[in-house]
Amino acid sequence: MTVSHMSTSKLTAASLHRRHAVEKRFRAYGVVAIVTALVFLIILLSSMLSKGYSAFFQAQIRLPVFFSQDVIDPKRTNSSEIIARANYQILVRNALKARFPDVKKRREVKKLTMLISRGARRHLRAMVAHEPSLIGTTQEVWLLASGDADMFLKGAIPRDIPEKSRRINDRQIAWLNALEEDGASRRRFNVNFFTAGDSREAEQAGIWGAIVGSALTLIVTLILSFPVSVTAAVYLEELSTKNWWTDFLEVNINNMAAVPSIIYGLFGLAIFLNVMHLPRSAPVVGGIVLALMTFPTIIIATRASLKAVPPSIREAARGLGASPAQVVLHHVLPLAMPGIFTGTIIGMSRALGESAPLLMIGMVAFIVDIPQGLFDPASVLPVQIYLWADSPERAFVEKTAAATLVLMVFLVVMNATAVVLRRKFEKRW
Amino acid sequence: MKRAFILIAALAGFIAIPAQARDQIRIVGSSTIFPFTTAVAEEFGITTPFRTPVVESTGTGGGMKLFCAGVGTRHPDVTNASRRIKKSEVEKCVRNGVTDITEVKIGFDGIVLANSLKVPRTSFSLRHIFLGLAKQVPANETGATLQPNPYEKWSDIDSTLPKIKIKVLGPPPTSGSRDAFAELALEGGCKTFSDLKAMKNSDKNTYKVVCHSIREDGAYVEAGENDNLIIRKLEADTNAFGVFGFSFLDQNQDKVQGSLVNDVSPEFENIADGKYPVARSLYFYVKNAHMDIIPGIEAFVSEFTSDNAMGKDGYLIDKGLIPLGEDERKQQIEKLSM
Repeated sequence: MTVSHMSTSKLTAASLHRRHAVEKRFRAYGVVAIVTALVFLIILLSSMLSKGYSAFFQAQIRLPVFFSQDVIDPKRTNSSEIIARANYQILVRNALKARFPDVKKRREVKKLTMLISRGARRHLRAMVAHEPSLIGTTQEVWLLASGDADMFLKGAIPRDIPEKSRRINDRQIAWLNALEEDGASRRRFNVNFFTAGDSREAEQAGIWGAIVGSALTLIVTLILSFPVSVTAAVYLEELSTKNWWTDFLEVNINNMAAVPSIIYGLFGLAIFLNVMHLPRSAPVVGGIVLALMTFPTIIIATRASLKAVPPSIREAARGLGASPAQVVLHHVLPLAMPGIFTGTIIGMSRALGESAPLLMIGMVAFIVDIPQGLFDPASVLPVQIYLWADSPERAFVEKTAAATLVLMVFLVVMNATAVVLRRKFEKRW
Repeated sequence: MKRAFILIAALAGFIAIPAQARDQIRIVGSSTIFPFTTAVAEEFGITTPFRTPVVESTGTGGGMKLFCAGVGTRHPDVTNASRRIKKSEVEKCVRNGVTDITEVKIGFDGIVLANSLKVPRTSFSLRHIFLGLAKQVPANETGATLQPNPYEKWSDIDSTLPKIKIKVLGPPPTSGSRDAFAELALEGGCKTFSDLKAMKNSDKNTYKVVCHSIREDGAYVEAGENDNLIIRKLEADTNAFGVFGFSFLDQNQDKVQGSLVNDVSPEFENIADGKYPVARSLYFYVKNAHMDIIPGIEAFVSEFTSDNAMGKDGYLIDKGLIPLGEDERKQQIEKLSM
């Protein structure tokens, strides 16, 4: 560089304006990028919220239900088995007929019973099982409205279109209005949504089964992936010498991180189901498959945080006579832990949002019972969302959005924990 | 670190425990039948002492593969199919020891061509659908010579059709509904050309290629397996038509309308009578060898075929299933009791 002092300052002066402009534009690009990302996030969140919030409320209808001895336990056996198997749908139908005595025709009665959820039977049965003395009495009971009635009461079915194009006909609207005038219909917080398993009736479908399934799956994933990945990372970073073999491993680990997740599902199907004969749809298999997927994330994060521990720590420890194992376990690893935890949580939240690999091992399934253990059939939250999104019934639209909101809350909590952990324990040198 | 190894060892030991005998029915198969089977499964779980069956949505082909993989608790007991079992699948079943299976027909499903309620209803013939969507179409009246599909607007095919660009949103090739649509609607229109019809006997493979291939120039848009998504797109784009199952039309009659096909509207009664031309039968298959191993299969099948479920006023009908005639349903039940 042989530019004279004079020409340099001239050049500088001339380009100063341009450089400032570039600087400004550079900042503006950043702001635009952030704003774009925020706008998309807000659109996503607000569309989910506007569609999903109504799922947290559920219409109920009050009916005077006569717990007829003849229907529940005609032979007066008082056996809990017989009481549990009785046809409680008849009680619902009779209660509706008693409330609207002018409805006589079979088809009309059917239309009338379609206002009440088919799950109402379960509620009545639980009431009797809990309190057998109800038999023979008449009680005012709040029953779940059916999905269609619920949608209508929430305004999701417009009233001003031709009757033929509506899921709820004029007669049914008149009945619902009559009930409303009596104060016999109300909206309540939908507790059921958080406590029940899946159901084909949207009004009684809940996400608890999926949450338990997700929890069981993630426990297996964590137990498996955390120790294995951390050990592998420590070996690669601290103990091994760099040669073609460790290079080979490194390439493969980075490769694993980029493999599409469905491949892990295919692998799980081939090994765990077809060779090891583990049960289909079980969280234990789901957990192992997701653990395989999580390994590279945690290994890479762990190696990065081990690298961030300054060599002076290791040298000081060694200087005081610590063995390699002591150096790692007593000094390097504890200092790297915040970073390792962050990596693990990010890996876990990725696993929580995953559904593709679970398709192959049978977790994309309709499962009503809440899973009780690692070998019970289970589905997970993203799978539940996928199944509901695919259901024809209108009432599942809001459930889909609401379940997505719940999943997002879990993800936000996990990622926020990662940030907090990092802030709290991070050491800077 | 030691603790970590112990954990891994413990987990490995845990996994090695052999799978317990199964006391829960497992069902796989068609995603079209999934909403019906799950409804029966739930009802079965409530009204009987047996556990609620696990129902997987794997698609008809995927279900057959699992179903035919063998006998034993590792393999599913029932598979749903939106078409009849194929000869190759029966052979595979037999090779794996699944020799004794029962076929039960549960009802019908109509495939509809629908558009937004905001625009007038359209009336297609099968020939219109074929000419609008096939990859190759006849260049003359009999179909002796073929040309790549030249039609851009529906009105290019027939002046009675709307003057809008041909745009149909439908399922991807992996879907059973797409197969059924090609077989019933496209082939139905294809057969109206005499030379193409004659080809069925002389050159079956070419016939299939010509009659089943859907155009790939953008007029047919693969919209994924999610029919709710198609309905939302139809609401937004009033010039588009969508292809999906009757149950989605039934649930969304305030948003979309089914076009007439050969002057028949896709209504419940018309599909049940067999008047609506784009309808198919739905089945499930039971592995008889499992009847003694897994508790409740018999009870499940009788719940499925009961008047309460499959009958003309049953709860499956509310879910969009088109029922069998009363006689045919009785036949199915008789077949089971043999």
